[in-house]
Amino acid sequence: MIVYGVALLSGCLILGMIIGEALGIALNVEANVGGVGIAMLFLVLASNSDKFKEVTHGAAGSGIQFWSAMYIPIVVAMAARQNVAAAVDGGLLALAAGVAAVIVSFALVPILSKLSGTATPPEDNEEQGAV
Amino acid sequence: MDILETVFVRNNLIVAFAVVGVTIWISYFLADKLTQGRIHGSAIAIALGLVAAYFGGVATGGNTGLADVTLLGGIGLMGGGMMRDFAIVATAYGVHLSELKKAGIAGVISIFAGVIVSFIVGAAIAVMFGYTDPTAITTIGAGAVTYIVGPVTGEAIGASDAVITLSVAAGLVKSILVMIGTPLVARHIGLNNPQSAMVFGGLMGTTSGVAAGLAATDPKLVPYGAMTATFYTGVGCLLGPSVLFFIVSAMF
Repeated sequence: MIVYGVALLSGCLILGMIIGEALGIALNVEANVGGVGIAMLFLVLASNSDKFKEVTHGAAGSGIQFWSAMYIPIVVAMAARQNVAAAVDGGLLALAAGVAAVIVSFALVPILSKLSGTATPPEDNEEQGAV
Repeated sequence: MDILETVFVRNNLIVAFAVVGVTIWISYFLADKLTQGRIHGSAIAIALGLVAAYFGGVATGGNTGLADVTLLGGIGLMGGGMMRDFAIVATAYGVHLSELKKAGIAGVISIFAGVIVSFIVGAAIAVMFGYTDPTAITTIGAGAVTYIVGPVTGEAIGASDAVITLSVAAGLVKSILVMIGTPLVARHIGLNNPQSAMVFGGLMGTTSGVAAGLAATDPKLVPYGAMTATFYTGVGCLLGPSVLFFIVSAMF
């Protein structure tokens, strides 16, 4: 049944969101801390486990795959509802701060990727010095 | 016209599905014919969405882009946080745990490094523009983290409305730039495997930006980037009004 997969997906999201909210309260933060990421972990665990085979394989699996495939259309809709006008109105300071933050973050991707153990040993000392 | 409006408004989510479907069809057509597939179809679709959002926002004066246009209200639901998070979680289907473990530590470090580095850059720009008040500097720095961390921090430490608005604008610029810029720089920053995608998500942090940027680069990388990115705003809200504000206060 397709709806089993959809229900599993929903259950993962709800559970993840509850934990994320609880983490936010525990840390005294006005935000959901990693709810989506935790929900994703649950789905990864479920889809890698034999115990959940009935709700992750066959027709149930295609219920999850449908929403996975709807991801790009949903992202396009998300782009269409961004407050782009406000970003443009923010002026030079907002533009400079946003652009500079992105450029520096992009530059750090290859440096930190090395930490994941694929290439040379960690060399983050110079970055830490700047912080 | 009345009939049309009634039908469109009553079935707004369905209208959104149709409009987005047509937009994506046009985008893939353009990607294929005009760029010979060099630019990903979804990158064009996302760019079209952002352009439409700009005109929607200017025309209506609202703050949810095209979704403020009465006939297209369903875009707001389809592209809202609930559907976005649901679809992001669905992309985790088929991800292997071993891939996640490989970048575990690097992923966690990237979240903290991303928040701190974006904050420092944003705060430095604020100082360069002549701000000397620690509250304003912190809020603008937090805005460069994400457009949620900015107002959360600003309200917590008592920043003025004008500064909070600026911080949201800085976060929006960041988010939009990540959406557009990621497919362009992906090759140069080695963004082509699950581990670098996790680091990327942690460094950039803006969930919308990472979600769209990776979708336009390689949809297979989406779950890895999204996984770390969703912790970023929480960490930002944690550090912004506390440690980072204290450090800025001590300096100015």
